[in-house]
Amino acid sequence: MTVNNLNAIEVAALDKWYGSFHVLKSIDLNVATGERIVVCGPSGSGKSTLIRCINRLEEHQRGNISVNGIPLGDSVKNLDAIRREVGMVFQHFNLFPHLTVKENCALPQILARGKRRRDAEEMAMHFLGKVRIPEQADKYPGQLSGGQQQRVAIARALCMTPKIMLFDEPTSALDPEMVKEVLDTMVTLAEEGMTMIVVTHEMGFARRVADRVVFMEAGQVIEINEPAAFFDAPEQESTRRFLANIMH
Amino acid sequence: MTVFDVAPTVAHIEPSAPPKPPHKPLLQLFFGDLIASVLTVSTGFLLILMIPALNWAVLDAVWATDDPSTCRDGGACWAFIAAKFRFIIFGVYPPDEQWRPLLVMGLILAMILASLSPRLWGQRLIAAWIACVAAMLTLMWGGVLGMAPVPTSSWGGLPVTLLLALLSLGLGFPFAVFLALGRRSSLPIPRMLSLMTIELVRGLPLVGLLFVASILLPLLLPAGWSIDKLGRTLAALTVFAAAYLAEVIRGGLQGVPAGQIEAAKALGIPGWKAVWHIVLPQALQKVIPPLTNTAIVMVKNTSLVLIVGVFDMLSAARVAATDPVWSAPYVESYVFVALIYFLICFGISNYSRWLEIRVQSRSYR
Ligand SMILES: Nc1ncnc2c1ncn2[C@@H]1O[C@H](COP(=O)(O)OP(=O)(O)O)[C@@H](O)[C@H]1O
Ligand SMILES: [Mg+2]
Repeated sequence: MTVNNLNAIEVAALDKWYGSFHVLKSIDLNVATGERIVVCGPSGSGKSTLIRCINRLEEHQRGNISVNGIPLGDSVKNLDAIRREVGMVFQHFNLFPHLTVKENCALPQILARGKRRRDAEEMAMHFLGKVRIPEQADKYPGQLSGGQQQRVAIARALCMTPKIMLFDEPTSALDPEMVKEVLDTMVTLAEEGMTMIVVTHEMGFARRVADRVVFMEAGQVIEINEPAAFFDAPEQESTRRFLANIMH
Repeated sequence: MTVFDVAPTVAHIEPSAPPKPPHKPLLQLFFGDLIASVLTVSTGFLLILMIPALNWAVLDAVWATDDPSTCRDGGACWAFIAAKFRFIIFGVYPPDEQWRPLLVMGLILAMILASLSPRLWGQRLIAAWIACVAAMLTLMWGGVLGMAPVPTSSWGGLPVTLLLALLSLGLGFPFAVFLALGRRSSLPIPRMLSLMTIELVRGLPLVGLLFVASILLPLLLPAGWSIDKLGRTLAALTVFAAAYLAEVIRGGLQGVPAGQIEAAKALGIPGWKAVWHIVLPQALQKVIPPLTNTAIVMVKNTSLVLIVGVFDMLSAARVAATDPVWSAPYVESYVFVALIYFLICFGISNYSRWLEIRVQSRSYR
């Protein structure tokens, strides 16, 4: 496998504190290009913080992160380059409420990449078609359902042609009947070979899509395993307890 | 037999519309409960009290007269307003050149109408405004294109009021944005500077600020420097508007969730573009009512410039009323000027309501 020579994401000995609170404790995680990782763990265990460190929405204090070989440091140039490679989808969508759906997808391309409006809008319509809501293009986010908004958020991220996608609990703010439409979109993306890190408690999705599942607790990675092994024969006692809790 | 055979029973159901609220009988509307009755009775009293004022303003009023000295004997002397109309509107601007301020007011009106729809807001509109303001000032000053030069000391009336209000708000706005962003900055020096500027200006009365600008500033400037009095007054109004606008805008900035900036960062949008295109529009939408309030207050604040001898519309009306030929028609002058202020402020207020409804219609939650 030559693809794996270059890891898409390398996290080595990562430590982070919020003030005096040690939120990430010496995390090591390599993600191969094309690999799909699902991260789970109890609330407050540091899952969001971990993936937010990857595109520097949070700053870490110790250890190294690199994305497609670009080291994340104090260099603004590197940070820009990394944010070009990495798209992110948030729990609460974070769409721009004052812009239409189409503008939400087109404006970032214009502002960040200097694209011409026509090209940006064409790209926007292409990806809105991919998430199957091109007919909503002229509405405002507040006029859509949660599931539709999250699909717009995915389209908006894809418009920037990222090579890696980070998802932070993309379905946990949704009503149950809307979870599937968002997960289906993510499955399609996975099937097309996108490198993905997905923080989620949707274990069906993890089983079906993940190459590896990461379990975190109290700022540490407790267990990393392939889904079959992870769900059917977890190695760690705390993993077993967590799975028992969320599966009832 | 198909399932459609069932349809007729379904069709019997009346299409349901929401029930109309029943019409309240008039009596109940006016005397339905204690509060309604009290309001009705006191409004009635007020109306009765206003009958003399109505007599004065309309029934006994003189609309045209040959004898200015007896014009006010019965009621209001509106003939005075008719005679002094040009003076109150244009002040001491040379009468032969008054087409120039008239054109300026036309330009202002046209630009305001063109700027009403938020659809057109953008860099191009800002550029158009800058060009138009330059054209307006050129028209007022003259000295080019065969127009006789008119010094700012001869400017007066409504154009001065409009220009002062427009320019102090327009120039104050970008300052206010910087002050508001500065006050929320994580860097200590911009934060302290913004905080001090805002608090200092808000701590001073506008009259004091106008005196400082018109009397102290010339003394403080090095010899040979001079800034026109109208310019100094405008500077004072601008600083004042900026401080108040800054606090309003800061309130709006606080209402924009952190997730908006995070999304912009994750998409790779450069910081200042994210502020301009993502954060500011949302912040301003949230504070339309207080922004309107500040705009209205500033329109009326421009009347204070009469204290330092700038000839705005209120000054013009005062001076007009001192004409000895007429029998001191101060009340008519002030009522007329008040009416013009009211129309401007009422217009701003209605516009802001329309804007707000437009913003709300973007979400049905
Ligand atoms: N900005 C912050 N300042 C201080 N503590 C924070 C901040 N953000 C998160 N935390 C804390 O860090 C811990 C991990 O948070 P998070 O990464 O959001 O957990 P998860 O996503 O696994 O639920 C939590 O205990 C949370 O309270
Ligand atoms: Mg989280």
